[in-house]
Amino acid sequence: MEQGFDAIIVGAGPAGCACGYKLAQAGLQTLVVERGKFAGAKNMWGGAFYGPELLKLFPNFCEEAPFERYVTRQRISFLSDEDCLSLEFTTPKFSQPSHNGFIILRSKFDRWLADKVQEAGAIVAPGLGADDLLWNENRVTGIRAGGDELPASVVVACDGVNSVLAQKAGLREELSPEDIKQGVKEIIEFPREILEQRFNLTGDEGMSWAFVGSCTEGLPGGGFIYTNKDSLSIGVVAQLNALAERKIQANDLLEKFKTHPEVAKVIKGGKLVEYSGHLIPVSGINMLPKLYSDGFLVAGDAAAMVLGTGLILEGANFAIASGIAAAQTIIRAKQENDFSEESLSYYKRLLEDNFVLKDLKTFKKAPHFLESPHIYNLYPDLACDLAQRIFISDGQPRRTTWNLFKRSLEDKASLWQIVPDLIRGKGAI
Amino acid sequence: MSTISIEDKLSVNKFDIDKDVHIKINEDICKSCQEHVCLYVCPANCYKLSEGHITFSYEGCLECGSCHIACDKGAIDWTLPRPGFGICYQYG
Repeated sequence: MEQGFDAIIVGAGPAGCACGYKLAQAGLQTLVVERGKFAGAKNMWGGAFYGPELLKLFPNFCEEAPFERYVTRQRISFLSDEDCLSLEFTTPKFSQPSHNGFIILRSKFDRWLADKVQEAGAIVAPGLGADDLLWNENRVTGIRAGGDELPASVVVACDGVNSVLAQKAGLREELSPEDIKQGVKEIIEFPREILEQRFNLTGDEGMSWAFVGSCTEGLPGGGFIYTNKDSLSIGVVAQLNALAERKIQANDLLEKFKTHPEVAKVIKGGKLVEYSGHLIPVSGINMLPKLYSDGFLVAGDAAAMVLGTGLILEGANFAIASGIAAAQTIIRAKQENDFSEESLSYYKRLLEDNFVLKDLKTFKKAPHFLESPHIYNLYPDLACDLAQRIFISDGQPRRTTWNLFKRSLEDKASLWQIVPDLIRGKGAI
Repeated sequence: MSTISIEDKLSVNKFDIDKDVHIKINEDICKSCQEHVCLYVCPANCYKLSEGHITFSYEGCLECGSCHIACDKGAIDWTLPRPGFGICYQYG
């Protein structure tokens, strides 16, 4: 191609595919390169997708996309070594057509997404990676891939958390382990009926189950279980620097998590079919890189657009929203034939106007709050201890719940330990 | 429930292993390192300590990037496998 592409997108995940889809629909010459053998081959997550972004992009999503189940039961459990105190939310609204969340396996889903991008008219090239950027002075003019020079008016880095391209473009420094959590996960296969019985599910209903407490042995992070069609995803997420400092592997945490009585019984008898690992950028707006430069944009995990509040962990919807905003910016730049840094700064304005940067700003203090070790060792223990005092009938005269709470507190902690967390938590999450 | 080793877990994964090694370590730096954080942050046990030496095997690498982010000694020359090679998730 003499003049090159209007846009080259690096990485066919949610951000890259959303961007490519919108650009192809608008008739722009678009190439999406993907270093995996197919889209999704390098990707893993918990995981469920929340929010209306996918339905906005693909109105027939529910009929045609290969999702596993939609989320109808949202459960969070506090774990001590043996006990488990759970809170579960369910509403008929979750079963209605605009489902709030979809449980998805990335290897199947990203492939479908990339097919949609190709159908819309973009070229999707799996097995092709961006080895380097092409430059004309300070302006990115394309990529070098598989020994070829591929020119483009703009390059969009959607190459994930380790974004080599954002670094090469000078938009981001090396990542710091304090800003990163590591997730490890197993896929465990079951006959569908057993899975549905164990989790009280029918049809396409599914459960998203988050754990905090003994599953990370006090390290910042948590455990998770998601029900797929005929398997479940079970994993642990932990702060990278904490793993290094405590000299423990995330897999050790996962193995111990699997032995918790409440967990062991739901995974019993299943067959391991995959083990995976991946990183999550968790410092939100505090680690946001510069998002644009001459001829260059960065979106999704590559731009650290992940929201973690302890109760919420979302990234793929931010990836899709940022991919769409990048596409809108490029379409406008193409109309004005101006791909300069100033023209592409429109991208940041779009993200400030939609939920992406608004949410990251709202929860600006969450990453710092979530560093408090009490959240992972003290409070889950306290909650389970109080539940024991309330529910265990030991033949002694009953006490009021407030009285029991005071006793739990006396045994486990002091008010002075808790007050600073309450103050920090207010406004953070 | 007996625990499963990382090696056994990796054996169910699909890898297309390249002949090129995509991560190299600087053994001189590793020799003088006390912490060896690579041993703990790698979810695939690619780093091993034997007789005071760190050894690295790339075949089971999950391409997560933990090692080069966590190693503050600059001992790890980290790149991704060539496109089309490495881990190939079937579920993800």
